[in-house]
Amino acid sequence: MSEVHAETTRFVRTEMVAEQDPPITETGAVKWVRENLFSGWLNVLLTVLSLFIIYTILAALLPWFANSVWTAESLAGCREVLSEQGLSGHGGACFSVITERWNQLIFGFYPPELYWRPILAFVVFLLGIAPVLFQGMPRQALWGSMAAPFVVYWLIWGGSLWGPVLTAAGFGIGAAAFIVISRAAGNILGSLAALLLPVLFWMFLVSPLVSGLASVAPLEITKVESNDIGGFMLALIIGISGIILSLPLGILLALGRQSHLFIITKVSVAFIEIIRGVPLIVWLFTASLLLNYFLPPGTDFDLMLRVIIMVTLFASAYIAEVVRGGLAALPKGQYEAADALGLDYAKSMRLIILPQALKISIPGIVNTFIGLFKDTTLVVFIGLLDPIGLTNAIRATTEWNGIYWELFIFIGLMFFIFCYSMGRYSIYLEKKLQREHR
Amino acid sequence: MKKSVLFGTLTAAGLAAGAASAATLDDVQARGTLNCGVTTGLVGFAAPDADGEWQGFDVAVCRAVAAAVLGDPMAVEFVPTTGQTRFTALASGEIDMLARNTTWTFTRDVDLKFEFVGINYYDGQAFMVPRDLGVSSAMDLDGATVCIQTGTTTELNLADFFRVNDMEYEPLPIETNAEAQQQYLAGACDVYTTDSSGLAATRASFENPSDHVILPETVSKEPLGPLVRHGDNEWGDVVRWTLMSLIAAEEMGVTADNVEEMAEGTDDPEINRMLGSSGELGAKLGLDSDWAVRAIQAGGNYGELFAKHIGEETPVGLARGLNAQYTDGGLLYAMPFR
Repeated sequence: MSEVHAETTRFVRTEMVAEQDPPITETGAVKWVRENLFSGWLNVLLTVLSLFIIYTILAALLPWFANSVWTAESLAGCREVLSEQGLSGHGGACFSVITERWNQLIFGFYPPELYWRPILAFVVFLLGIAPVLFQGMPRQALWGSMAAPFVVYWLIWGGSLWGPVLTAAGFGIGAAAFIVISRAAGNILGSLAALLLPVLFWMFLVSPLVSGLASVAPLEITKVESNDIGGFMLALIIGISGIILSLPLGILLALGRQSHLFIITKVSVAFIEIIRGVPLIVWLFTASLLLNYFLPPGTDFDLMLRVIIMVTLFASAYIAEVVRGGLAALPKGQYEAADALGLDYAKSMRLIILPQALKISIPGIVNTFIGLFKDTTLVVFIGLLDPIGLTNAIRATTEWNGIYWELFIFIGLMFFIFCYSMGRYSIYLEKKLQREHR
Repeated sequence: MKKSVLFGTLTAAGLAAGAASAATLDDVQARGTLNCGVTTGLVGFAAPDADGEWQGFDVAVCRAVAAAVLGDPMAVEFVPTTGQTRFTALASGEIDMLARNTTWTFTRDVDLKFEFVGINYYDGQAFMVPRDLGVSSAMDLDGATVCIQTGTTTELNLADFFRVNDMEYEPLPIETNAEAQQQYLAGACDVYTTDSSGLAATRASFENPSDHVILPETVSKEPLGPLVRHGDNEWGDVVRWTLMSLIAAEEMGVTADNVEEMAEGTDDPEINRMLGSSGELGAKLGLDSDWAVRAIQAGGNYGELFAKHIGEETPVGLARGLNAQYTDGGLLYAMPFR
């Protein structure tokens, strides 16, 4: 209201109109419902139909959950409790099986007095993986991440501390060899030495050293056999090892497939196509049955280790293709620019190409990981007692014979928690790395 | 099972190439544990309890052998095997013996190069129907829908039975016993057929077991027994005679409770020989003289094991039937300890 028109204006409101609530139909839940659920006859129809379906499902499920029995000794006991309440055997869930067997579903046959070890190992794993996943953590913590796998191994399987320590030392030798020899004699010789020396060290020096050191300072905790590991612990060990090992291997394969060197390309292509072209279950059978024949009799080559190797190879072939998709999505200019800067192959990949290609590939990579984690349940077919295998074993007792849904719901829930967390992390990472539209 | 034949052929090839070490007994004693292959879970025969300890009728055989050889019935490392992995696990030496309700057949004995050391359960294929169906004999099943596990000998037996009796049936193929139970209860098939011990266990898990009947006809022979690798006869003898001692103990009235007392010496020379108070039978097996005492103490004689795991007092509720001693009209007949 400017000064100029002050005299010409007949009426000027001197105070504001009091604020009023918007009409009830234009606000809050009512507005939302009107706009989204009842905005036309078709939508009204669909809404009513959906409500009816949801009601039918909940009406069947909720009483089943509400009446669930948690403390009976057996399925027959559950049915007794339910019939006392005047319900049929299907009137309520019998989650007593989870109460009684959840230890087994999570740890398998791991000795109960040692449960603290896998739990501690899981905490160590989380601490170790955190600096890798979240850049906000101090970078020095990455040294801890490198040590974490060896600590986790030692905690789960036990035995002498010197085994994991010396295995880790092998990697140290490899790194040292690479730095020293590549400076003196070039990258190729350096890489070769970095591969060969640790292998020689592991093959010939580790076992005498372990027994030697163990006799000086034992540092031993109770050994646990792989046979005793089962349930979710088994699924997690196989899944996490597969995930962590298959990523670097898959990236190498993807780079190999793009390489200009004839042998490397062909070997990578053959590996990827063969591994990917055969179902995982066949590879698992290979691991459990055929390898027994190729190895000399009496070799005690741990079945779980064989399975981890197979799962890793299988996942890495898929990762390789996902990463190759990321590499292919990069404009050629990026490669040329890296060359124009005078970077050698390793540097151009590390600094220019891979960071961009991997960022593009994140959804695909995480997708593969989630698939891999769920595929671990296939080990049931070679007689390993993963959660699904344990449901069979639990059903085979006279107490719990005939129980299905309760066990599967529990297992489904656990898998969902892990897979959903992975999915959320992937979204978080994508958002954080989104640079184009800032 | 066709798959097992395939894997078995591989087994034979592997054995020829690898020549698995012969002295299993020495290996077991040096290792201090017995690696025993069992099923991944079968009601009454093998299943882990809430403490992770394996229990069951097949498991008891493993425990008896471990007790005889190592002196400790708990010194067994149980290796769960599936129908596909069981034979390779045994052939490759991953396990020392297999006690996994395995039917003794010609192919498995001869072609797959295994040695069945005896029979611990005489089973046979039978039929289960809902009582409402009003069927009292398998001969009335013409035109029925039958739930049948694919790829098993039961599938072939079923086809034979219906063909021989000139009847029609509609097969409903299913993969596992768990699936079969659900399909049968949901009414997808009129009849469920598998080994009668499995039928009994399945029926016991139903909400109203009495609504279902197991028909009297048994249409196949399924002698189930423990087996070891071909070519290591000393080890085969140990397992065979451990099983024999359990069966003979029942026949001669030796139980887990009185075996200690009887081992001091009795009037029956055969008991004395078996329990080691006279003669040198243990030494001939490569064991000490108390081997049979420990085997029987591990869980009791055959009858006690049967009653404890699958007998009429248990939910599985199997009658002795063919598995009674020959003196009671059954087929159990232990060879003389002499």
